[in-house]
Amino acid sequence: MKILVCISHVPDTTSKINFAEGDTKFDANGVQFVINPNDEFGLTRAMWFKEKQGASVDVINVGGAETEPTLRKALAIGADKAIRVNTEAKDGYQVAGELAKVAQDGGYDLIIGGRESIDYNGGMVPGMIAAMMGASFINNCIGLEVDGSSVTAIREIDGGKETVSTSLPLVVGGQKGIVEESDLRIPNMRGIMMARQKPLEVVEPSGTAVKSASVQFEKPAPKGAVKLVDPENLDELISLLHNEAKVI
Amino acid sequence: MSVLVYTESEQGKYKKSAFEVASYGSALAEKMGTGVSAIAFNAEDAGALGNYGVGKVLQVSDASFESFTAAKYAKAIAAAARQENATVVVLSSSANSKYLAPLLAVELEAGYASNVIALPDDVSSFKVKRNAFTNKAYAFTSISSDIKLVGVSNNSFGVTEKGGSATVESFAPDASADGVSVDGQDKAAGKVTIADADIVVSGGRGLKGPENWNMVEELADVLGAATACSKPVSDMGWRPHSEHVGQTGKPVASNLYIAIGISGAIQHLAGINASKVKVVINTDPEAPFFKAADYGVVGDAFSVVPQLIEKLKAFKAAG
Ligand SMILES: Cc1cc2nc3c(=O)[nH]c(=O)nc-3n(C[C@H](O)[C@H](O)[C@H](O)COP(=O)(O)OP(=O)(O)OC[C@H]3O[C@@H](n4cnc5c(N)ncnc54)[C@H](O)[C@@H]3O)c2cc1C
Ligand SMILES: Nc1ncnc2c1ncn2[C@@H]1O[C@H](COP(=O)(O)O)[C@@H](O)[C@H]1O
Repeated sequence: MKILVCISHVPDTTSKINFAEGDTKFDANGVQFVINPNDEFGLTRAMWFKEKQGASVDVINVGGAETEPTLRKALAIGADKAIRVNTEAKDGYQVAGELAKVAQDGGYDLIIGGRESIDYNGGMVPGMIAAMMGASFINNCIGLEVDGSSVTAIREIDGGKETVSTSLPLVVGGQKGIVEESDLRIPNMRGIMMARQKPLEVVEPSGTAVKSASVQFEKPAPKGAVKLVDPENLDELISLLHNEAKVI
Repeated sequence: MSVLVYTESEQGKYKKSAFEVASYGSALAEKMGTGVSAIAFNAEDAGALGNYGVGKVLQVSDASFESFTAAKYAKAIAAAARQENATVVVLSSSANSKYLAPLLAVELEAGYASNVIALPDDVSSFKVKRNAFTNKAYAFTSISSDIKLVGVSNNSFGVTEKGGSATVESFAPDASADGVSVDGQDKAAGKVTIADADIVVSGGRGLKGPENWNMVEELADVLGAATACSKPVSDMGWRPHSEHVGQTGKPVASNLYIAIGISGAIQHLAGINASKVKVVINTDPEAPFFKAADYGVVGDAFSVVPQLIEKLKAFKAAG
């Protein structure tokens, strides 16, 4: 089985978000970038398929050279090869187009991405890849088993979960649960050394269509001070929620 | 040119989000100087959308749509969009809508903006405001394709009653299977889900153990709320995965979010900040959650929550 894991390069979850150039660009100054958490869960599941079923695991990002340290980290975790499609990621449609092309040309059977990236929160790239390739798609995936070309998976739904079955080729939108938090791997020294020797291919974009653009950003207005209610006077809380906030 | 909205129902009843997307679609259609139609699957009172400005409902009555699969639904909605000559398709931010939207986008070659919280200022540049960076910022995204797909963030636009009526037409899209089959579901029956709830009651590590969740559930019951939890709580298996909220869990955009024994880490806050009113109950006055909340009680959950339940019961009983 050939697996391709889509890696989105995003600000660390603790980052304060700022913008530059008149709030038209994300300000990467002082921001530490990481593998998108949803993709890290998917990558870890891919490593399981590599170790237990002899799958090959490549990782891919659509972006500029600044994303290479993030791809190297994925190699250090254990991926065999990294691919970077050398173009600025403008919107989900364009990114999906580039990824679908590599996935198709490379004959990948299983493409694992994340439910959403925590920066632009598009939640669209994996589904679009599937539609473009004519592959099956499972989103919010919290369990994945492959036996030959048949697949069983667990999908989180609003208020619970469901079991689904399908066959390869398949695109998955993964999240926490596809492996547990405790299964995530921190690259060790050996992994980091080996990652330096592993191939990182840079391919030129095929120039797929862009259909949207984020042109302006804004930060939420600062919050007013909290109103404290005495724990011995909870009637006041109820009254505030009823009369002032009007939410109960 | 027209606007099509995809309205979700469950067991024949429209969800609240159906009325919200209808309201959004109808306000948008007004701006565009056009009409709005809706597609509904197995809804009992399909015409009810008229009250929210929908002129025509394409009613699909077909048992094979009882079980949701994304590709099948995406194909049906695309067929409706083509029939209605829709240039904008509006849907909600439920897990199912987010599942089918990218498939629908490719089918219609449409640009898609998710988590949208407002109408575009003008319909020619079609620049929509959306939640991004997991609620740490807003992005203004302009969609340039001929057909546009808008996912409205729950509880962001609200519901506007217009008192109109809608014609109901039957619509019979292709219902052939889509390659993914649903073999079984495990879903708490009769419970409000985090995505649909107006109120969410959430517990953190401060509650010490799963055996203490009775009071969280009871508080939720009194309020008609959904229950949620912080990440460590689901990691330790105290509560199911599906209740984990935050940046790496489910997003919450309720009217009221009550956090009990949750410290308010940045990853937690990011995922729940789209909620309108936030209440925190925590023993530690220095807990970061107090900076993000509207109302706070510095106190022990084990004494505050039971009292709050009793007082709320009395308040509800008094009507
Ligand atoms: C990559 C990444 C992603 C993450 N994503 C998420 C996410 O999506 N969602 C999420 O929730 N977290 C997430 N986290 C974890 C987050 O950083 C915090 O660790 C977590 O939110 C803390 O959970 P908590 O508030 O329940 O526990 P704690 O931080 O341990 O807080 C417990 C609180 O309970 C209070 N308390 C104790 N006893 C009582 C009592 N008797 N009555 C009232 N209050 C009491 C304490 O004062 C304390 O404030 C993520 C972390 C990382 C690194
Ligand atoms: N530029 C990118 N390069 C590679 N994969 C990406 C990129 N952007 C998004 N993805 C993948 O698509 C998933 C969903 O992203 P999004 O649709 O942007 O929310 C991510 O979790 C990644 O797996």
